Amino acid sequence: MNVVSSLAIELRNISKSFGSGESRVFANTDVNLSVRRGSIHAIVGENGAGKSTAMKILFGMQSADSGEVHVFGKSVRWRNPTEAMASGIGMVHQHFMLAGPHTVLENIVLGCENSSAFGILDTKKAASRLRELCERYSMPVDPDRAIEDLPVGVQQRVEILKLLYRDSQVFILDEPTAVLTPQEIEALFSNLRRLRDEGRTILIITHKLKEVLALSDEVTVLRQGKTVGSIQTKQASAELLAEWMVGRKVILDVKSEAESNPGVVRMKVTDLVLDSNHAMLKNVSLEVRAGEIVGVAGVEGNGQSELLRALLDPKNPLSLNSGKVELLGHDVSSWSSSQIRRLQVGFMPEDRHRDGMLLDESVELNILLGLQNHPAFVSEIPGVGGVIRKSALKQALERAWVDYDLRPRQSGIPGRSLSGGNQQKLVIAREFEHHPEFLVATHPTRGVDVGAIEWIHRKLFKARDQGTGILLVSSELDEILSLSDRIIVMFQGAVVAEFSRGNVSAQQLGLAMSGGLKGGHA
Amino acid sequence: MDEMLSLLGSTLRLSAPLIFAAMGGLLSERSGVIHIALEGMMMVGGFAAAVATLSFHSPLVGCAAAVIAGLAFSALYAALVIPFRANQVVAGTAINFLAAGVVPSVSKLLYGNTGSTPSIPLDERLHWAGPVVGAIVLVAGLALLLAKTPVGLWIRFAGEHPHALASAGVNVIRVRFLSVLAAGALAAMGGATLSLSLSSAYSRNMTAARGFMALAALIFGKWKAWPAFAACLLFGFAEALQNRLQGVALPWKPDETIPVQFIQMLPYLVTLVVLAGFVGRSRAPKALGTQF
Amino acid sequence: MKLLRSLLALALGLSLGLAVTAMAGENPWHVLQVLIKGAFGTRYDLGMTLFYMTPLLFTGLAVTVAFRAGLFNIGAEGQLTMAALAAAAVGVLFPNVSAGWAWLFAFSAAAFVGGGWAAIAGWLKARRGSHEVISTIMLNFIAASIASYVTLYVLKNPETQSPETLAVGPGYFLPQIPGLGDSPVSGALVCGLLSAAVLSWVFERTRWGFEMKVVGQNESAARMAGISVGRVQILAMTLSGILAAGVALGEVLGSAHRFKLGFSPDYGFIGIAVALLARGSPLAVIPSAFLFGALHKGTADLDIETEHVTRDLTLVIQALIIATVSAEGLWDIWARRRNIKIKQKGAQAHG
Repeated sequence: MNVVSSLAIELRNISKSFGSGESRVFANTDVNLSVRRGSIHAIVGENGAGKSTAMKILFGMQSADSGEVHVFGKSVRWRNPTEAMASGIGMVHQHFMLAGPHTVLENIVLGCENSSAFGILDTKKAASRLRELCERYSMPVDPDRAIEDLPVGVQQRVEILKLLYRDSQVFILDEPTAVLTPQEIEALFSNLRRLRDEGRTILIITHKLKEVLALSDEVTVLRQGKTVGSIQTKQASAELLAEWMVGRKVILDVKSEAESNPGVVRMKVTDLVLDSNHAMLKNVSLEVRAGEIVGVAGVEGNGQSELLRALLDPKNPLSLNSGKVELLGHDVSSWSSSQIRRLQVGFMPEDRHRDGMLLDESVELNILLGLQNHPAFVSEIPGVGGVIRKSALKQALERAWVDYDLRPRQSGIPGRSLSGGNQQKLVIAREFEHHPEFLVATHPTRGVDVGAIEWIHRKLFKARDQGTGILLVSSELDEILSLSDRIIVMFQGAVVAEFSRGNVSAQQLGLAMSGGLKGGHA
Repeated sequence: MDEMLSLLGSTLRLSAPLIFAAMGGLLSERSGVIHIALEGMMMVGGFAAAVATLSFHSPLVGCAAAVIAGLAFSALYAALVIPFRANQVVAGTAINFLAAGVVPSVSKLLYGNTGSTPSIPLDERLHWAGPVVGAIVLVAGLALLLAKTPVGLWIRFAGEHPHALASAGVNVIRVRFLSVLAAGALAAMGGATLSLSLSSAYSRNMTAARGFMALAALIFGKWKAWPAFAACLLFGFAEALQNRLQGVALPWKPDETIPVQFIQMLPYLVTLVVLAGFVGRSRAPKALGTQF
Repeated sequence: MKLLRSLLALALGLSLGLAVTAMAGENPWHVLQVLIKGAFGTRYDLGMTLFYMTPLLFTGLAVTVAFRAGLFNIGAEGQLTMAALAAAAVGVLFPNVSAGWAWLFAFSAAAFVGGGWAAIAGWLKARRGSHEVISTIMLNFIAASIASYVTLYVLKNPETQSPETLAVGPGYFLPQIPGLGDSPVSGALVCGLLSAAVLSWVFERTRWGFEMKVVGQNESAARMAGISVGRVQILAMTLSGILAAGVALGEVLGSAHRFKLGFSPDYGFIGIAVALLARGSPLAVIPSAFLFGALHKGTADLDIETEHVTRDLTLVIQALIIATVSAEGLWDIWARRRNIKIKQKGAQAHG
């Protein structure tokens, strides 16, 4: 058997660094990877392990400093994705490369359009080709619908169809399951297996070990920019892979030692209604008591963000049409966010970079964010207004270094210079400066290393045990299942199911998340 | 009836420069680049057109000169905001300053004064129908380009989701650069319409914020060709009305006329009101103003 | 780094501007001499430079404040026009206010009107989503029309042909700064310097300064942090207008003692260049305003002293400075070069 031709992809000693001088970062150091033609190959590793960089090099989005890339036995050196695509490589990015207001068809033909006379787009031909593909792979989608009107699972289907339309032979999928329900994941996997059986090669980047074990034929683990090893999936276990990823033994599921002991109601919402373009809440009612964690499960975009906005800024007619919001015993339905932020409540935002950080400002000012009305940090001087207490900020930063293991321990550095995990630690440290009696934790471990995940989960349990009521919103079902004392499921803006700890499986949750569970409360 | 017809005619004539500039803005902004510098492009276009027409005695050469001048200035703008990643609003303002400084400086060199160019003889001016027809054809052409052609699709993606466009193998930088270049040429044509067709010379600051009105029309028209065209007609109408109202008596005091100052502010007031009244609901291209 | 970048942009802008004069057939060296002599040649010239610096301090600060909150106020021109008109109107209509308070009275009116004029744009931005660049430009034109009407029909000085209002009462006159050869530099300059200092403190130490910064950098994070974005935008615009109103101090109360139509040679627009060169720092607005004051004074002499170059050269130089300061990519390239050089040096030292 010819060894070279049986390999679809081979990376040999790929190295890549960014920046220069002291700030130089080595994203890949001698990364090696061999992917057999017609196999599903998983690449796992923590954030910053170099997975994305390696894939970007493979896809021509970045060029390696040194090393070789071989595709179907040929050495290649691409300058842009176009060249990679011409060789039959296609990529489904974690953040979909789809423009919301444009149609499915427009998104699919982009870059390989056919024109009829006078340079006018030939949509008829393209549409019929697309329909054919939809039928052949049983992935139905309406070519004329706007992307933004489609559920996330269907959007992903469009991404895959995009590659099929170009007849790609190698599919790179970056964290493809992050936004899907268990049922959608199963459907995706069976599609991928089918593509493999047709002889195509699938590369899947993920951090979910269960899925690696369920889907792949082979696994390669990266850590700190280096290849740790490759293994046949049959011979691997979650524990082994996790150890390779982190470099030490890790506890995958943090369990609370104490049973929860719910106390007084800390947050209560009744009949929240919101109806605007792409956002809605349908009669959402929910309460969180002191000392319990209530998990909100649901595919992203089913009202979770709207629920959070209603809690943060109920007065704003854009966040709430009607309904009652109570926090810490106050009826806050007509409060603004600046009033609510004066209460002992904490909000860990959905998206740190977008909602929670001033990337170009110092860590001190990042700590002040949201605490600017807190008497410990700002003295009110009559006739002048609030004056910032710099010494208090410095102390809070030092507390974050010690209590939250925030690194590097350096004052004055910009928020941007912290790693993802440390940015999240800063946000957590800051929100705990409110001494919150009620805390909203949204995707608390998204983009965070495995080691830090464990640590963050412990922090949340500790807060719960000390009497904080926590509303946990997460798209990681495992996180919801292991942390929550109660779980509610949101679908299309409504609460469709509620479960208590231990009384629900991931499958049941998934069914409820896709609206398949009628009749509500279990 | 004649009154109405002549008002309609002057509305069309006065809208033409706005339409050219707004269509330029449409190309640039749909590709993701804010274009505050339309005003400056109109200035250099109007001036270059007047100079070339005076030298070569042909309004067509004048138009060509306007296009070349517009291309030159927009190349500078595109270089600043695309490869050099300058804040688009700030850089646009710089280009407006540059135009406001360069035009009188060159005027001084050529004609010895910084005010108006010499008057263009009547038979060398552009007939009013030219720009009006040209503007309407332009709107139709751009509407078709954006909706129905591959290039239009690329422009729309460059402004909506440039990374999607790049990952489909199209060079976003090139799409944006060319769109900005075309925008400059079109806005300069708008300027040429001012100096060659609507008046008899280029005079200092004759653009009078029309570049900004064109932007307002673009926003009011939700970044779409025909609605933006309609908004330009509205502003053109305000200007036509302004001309018509000069010297008209106050209804309650027949021996006094409406103070000219209040008439003059009419187009600006209309722009302000339109921008305030309706824009909240329109959605800009998602990647407008972002670097790639 | 910030300072270096501003100085380099300044040098680049000036030399490019002078290179342009060479293309126009002038000797750039001669032009530079005219500029420097015009700005600093005599005590009087220096005084005039300081006189022009005064309004630029105010408009530079005005643009700086708005920029901090993420707003590009290119309407300082309209705001200062309305404010100066208001100050003159107060001075004409109430001529007998006693000297100690009169200026404060007039300035209050100016601040109210100038701040209000800017607040319109702030409100439109925050509540109606109108882009402040377009609305402030429109407001500039409307302000010019209003000023023309009031000057020509309401407060007209009947004794002169020139378009100006009657004089304000003598109680309103600001004291002159002596020793500058009869140039009209008044106490307004001191007010401008103090404003810069106060504003610098507000930016660095107060919640209000912090909130403006957050809104300017990340609106979404501001909302999450419980900062009312719209309120901060409106207030920042209002403060910006109040600062622009400071121009009325030097122009109406300090020198002309009346409102003259077209008194401002685009102080509002030059303020944009002043602010951008100062890169967000109110204290840096002081040297920046001084430089542009000098440039304005210097170029005023170009009309007379040279054959081909006019005062419009300032606009070109301003444009070049703004463009170079704002071109991020230019500085990246420059920083990379420098890094490589440092690395090479380091390598040599180690090797």
